[in-house]
Amino acid sequence: MIGLSGSNMNKSPRPAAPGIDDVPLLEIRDLAITFDTQGGEVHAVRNAHLTVMPGETVAIVGESGSGKSTTALAAIGLLPSNGRVSGGQIIFDGEDITHASEKRIIELRGNSIGMVPQDPMSNLNPVWKIGFQVKETLKANGLAGSNSKERVAEVLAEAGLPDAAVRAKQYPHEFSGGMRQRALIAIGLACRPRLLIADEPTSALDVTVQGQILDHLDRMTTELNTAVLLITHDLGLAAERAEKLVVMYKGQVVESGPALEILRNPRHPYTQRLVNSAPSLASKRLQSGKAREALAAAAAATTVEVREPADVRKMEAVAHEGELSSHKKPAGRGETILEIKNLTKVFKLRGSLGKSTDFKAVDNVSFSVKRGTTMAIVGESGSGKSTVAQMALSLLAPTEGSILFDGVEVNTLKGKALFDFRRRVQPIFQDPYGSLDPMFNIYRTIEEPLKIHKIGNAKSREKKVRELLDQVSMPSSTMQRFPNELSGGQRQRIAIARALALNPDVIICDEAVSALDVLVQAQVLNLLNELQEELGLTYLFITHDLAVVRQIADDVSVMQHGRLVEQATTDEVFNNPQQQYTQDLLSAIPGAQLLI
Amino acid sequence: MLMFTLRRFLQLIPVFFGATLLVYFLVFATPGDPIAALSGGKPMAPAVEAALRAQYNLDQPFWVQYGLYLKNLVTLNLGQTFSGQEVSAVIARAYPVTARLAIMALAFETVFGVLFGVIAGLRKGKLFDSTVLVASLVVIAIPTFVLGFVLQLVVGVQLGWAKPTVSGSAPWNELILPAVVLGLVSLAYVIRLTRASISENMNADYVRTATAKGLSRRRVVVVHILRNSLIPVITFLGADLGALMGGAIVTEGIFNVPGIGNLLYKAILTGESATVVAVVSILVVVFVVANLVVDLLYAVLDPRIRYV
Repeated sequence: MIGLSGSNMNKSPRPAAPGIDDVPLLEIRDLAITFDTQGGEVHAVRNAHLTVMPGETVAIVGESGSGKSTTALAAIGLLPSNGRVSGGQIIFDGEDITHASEKRIIELRGNSIGMVPQDPMSNLNPVWKIGFQVKETLKANGLAGSNSKERVAEVLAEAGLPDAAVRAKQYPHEFSGGMRQRALIAIGLACRPRLLIADEPTSALDVTVQGQILDHLDRMTTELNTAVLLITHDLGLAAERAEKLVVMYKGQVVESGPALEILRNPRHPYTQRLVNSAPSLASKRLQSGKAREALAAAAAATTVEVREPADVRKMEAVAHEGELSSHKKPAGRGETILEIKNLTKVFKLRGSLGKSTDFKAVDNVSFSVKRGTTMAIVGESGSGKSTVAQMALSLLAPTEGSILFDGVEVNTLKGKALFDFRRRVQPIFQDPYGSLDPMFNIYRTIEEPLKIHKIGNAKSREKKVRELLDQVSMPSSTMQRFPNELSGGQRQRIAIARALALNPDVIICDEAVSALDVLVQAQVLNLLNELQEELGLTYLFITHDLAVVRQIADDVSVMQHGRLVEQATTDEVFNNPQQQYTQDLLSAIPGAQLLI
Repeated sequence: MLMFTLRRFLQLIPVFFGATLLVYFLVFATPGDPIAALSGGKPMAPAVEAALRAQYNLDQPFWVQYGLYLKNLVTLNLGQTFSGQEVSAVIARAYPVTARLAIMALAFETVFGVLFGVIAGLRKGKLFDSTVLVASLVVIAIPTFVLGFVLQLVVGVQLGWAKPTVSGSAPWNELILPAVVLGLVSLAYVIRLTRASISENMNADYVRTATAKGLSRRRVVVVHILRNSLIPVITFLGADLGALMGGAIVTEGIFNVPGIGNLLYKAILTGESATVVAVVSILVVVFVVANLVVDLLYAVLDPRIRYV
């Protein structure tokens, strides 16, 4: 086996000198978990080992489907109904609870082992007040005395919820995501468990909120001397928060040990890949400087060409001959293709008694994007960045301001001109599960824009689809498959191929990689960079993740509360951020403080 | 909340006018002459006929008749049947019977529907679940009149457990069999809806979190699964109550229940336009009010619903 040294480490998870440390709080030995599915048994976890000492933070890192959550959930008997422990042992505080009775497990839950789940939006029962949901935790574990109301407020306040007594009377939908996660942390720690399982506790939150919540969780668990089993897909975050790392891959623990050591010296090939591609640790724009220079030289050599309608017609003619090529003439780099001036969008919010209040989602935003470059718009959710993207796509009419595409005002475009605009500006959206029609096979998905724009005949279109699939490194056999048969990363490749079908000038990526696992994310970003180099594409890249920005963008616009707060080249933003908000965003990148 | 209720009440107005106008027009346009029907098809002295037409305003154009009808309706004068009875009195006699039948049917489908649905949902894929699923499908597939006649024959005639038909005063005990027949199809839907809702909620994240908090299985089911699952079921039941209150022409016909459905059916056959329009107007109001109640109830059960 390649990862020999890694597996050696696994076999000796105990400290070398017993007696120095006390008894492990949680010990998982040779754990195997099997799911019974329609397709037979699936071995989700095999031979998993891990040890958590009292008060220690251990992180399990791995991509989705690696079995990291399954392993942790097995410890409190929360496997889905078709899953079961098929081998190995789970020892909690010296007691083998692998096959403990339901009664015993219920005793342990909440009291001895708490949990903070992943998605704050779906983990609170929408029909009960927050206070009720905290109180029943105390009650179930025999901790609700006569002053339970005060205790609930106390617990919520500890978790960092302001006005806890008032907040306790509210329903989950009246809380923001960060507040809900605080409520869930309050619930998880309410009964002072000795072990807290934190299953991706912040992956659904904005980076800055993420940092605050993790800091708070750190402080609380240190104070209470609670051991934490942190499950995350983010290596940077894990390394920053945990003393020990356990890396899981395809249901197996491939490496474990002290966090920094693994980061500096990853032994297993998977860990190496993970360390190399972790966005929070990558430091340079993905594209090689050489390629950039070459492109710039090519651009300088060619005269700047603005495509006239005549050219479009010519292209169509070419397409009809079945020679639709995806390779464009090297376009002039450096010329402004998309210019946004004083863009403002006001939404009317429905208030009580039929009154409406104005909400400025985008407030006087101006920036321009040069051909062949990538402009990233960064901001937290609610900063208005996606609204800008929608207006740039002409899917939403701005309240004020103008959007100039190739010198033409986009707002006033109608009919044929709008149709042509649509062809030249294409979107890629966040959710690769939601943005592909599940009833369309891949061929139809990619062919549709060509058909709508009446490009080529059936034969030339098929050729084009093959070409596009090839460009995004998907086999042409994919054509007959349906979106549900593909993984998230593969779907996003299809979405990219679909966006490329019309040879657009500009691609607007609205959180195009944020739903993907790190490794897949890195692949997709690489692909986008290569395509840019090859086709001279211009990207407007909307993201909340500064780590991603570093890998793809040339220029960055930082948005906060609808306004543009900082605008500079990527290097400037990272090396010398001017605004406090940008600095906050930067320091919130997990692993930003790590020195490796 | 107040605004919401008020607005929903205001919405009643166009619905009411639209429905009465439509029904009035349909009755007006129905072929057949009510005066001729009154005399049993025998020729009538022209003077008598004219007098009768004038008495019921049948000699007036449609809009005048409709206007007069609305005026009477507002003053709660629903007019007279051709036999000279007050329509309001006829309805007052029939409605309690239908209301009784509807309540019994609703109780039947709620109790058994939710009970079976919950058990099936919690034991998805087990024997009980499969049996209930198949049985409910059979019930849905068989038309009510077949079910009604079969149960009437078996339970009422062969086994003699219940009276096959209902007597004039329609006491509660005699209405059990018709209520079961009436509620049977909805029962099947309630079971399926509850089951689907329960099994969906069982896998909800917040249910897992509730379990992780250390709650007992029983509490997780009752507090976290049941309440959330019953929201769609209650919506269905509320809408069904509106439908049941509108009388059941087929079921009331089979068991000869002197309810509103039977009254309406007979009034349509004999061309009693005053009765038909009065009954339908009331049914429209009942249905719309029932739906309003459902909407309000829904908002009470689910705090996320905003009254807009």
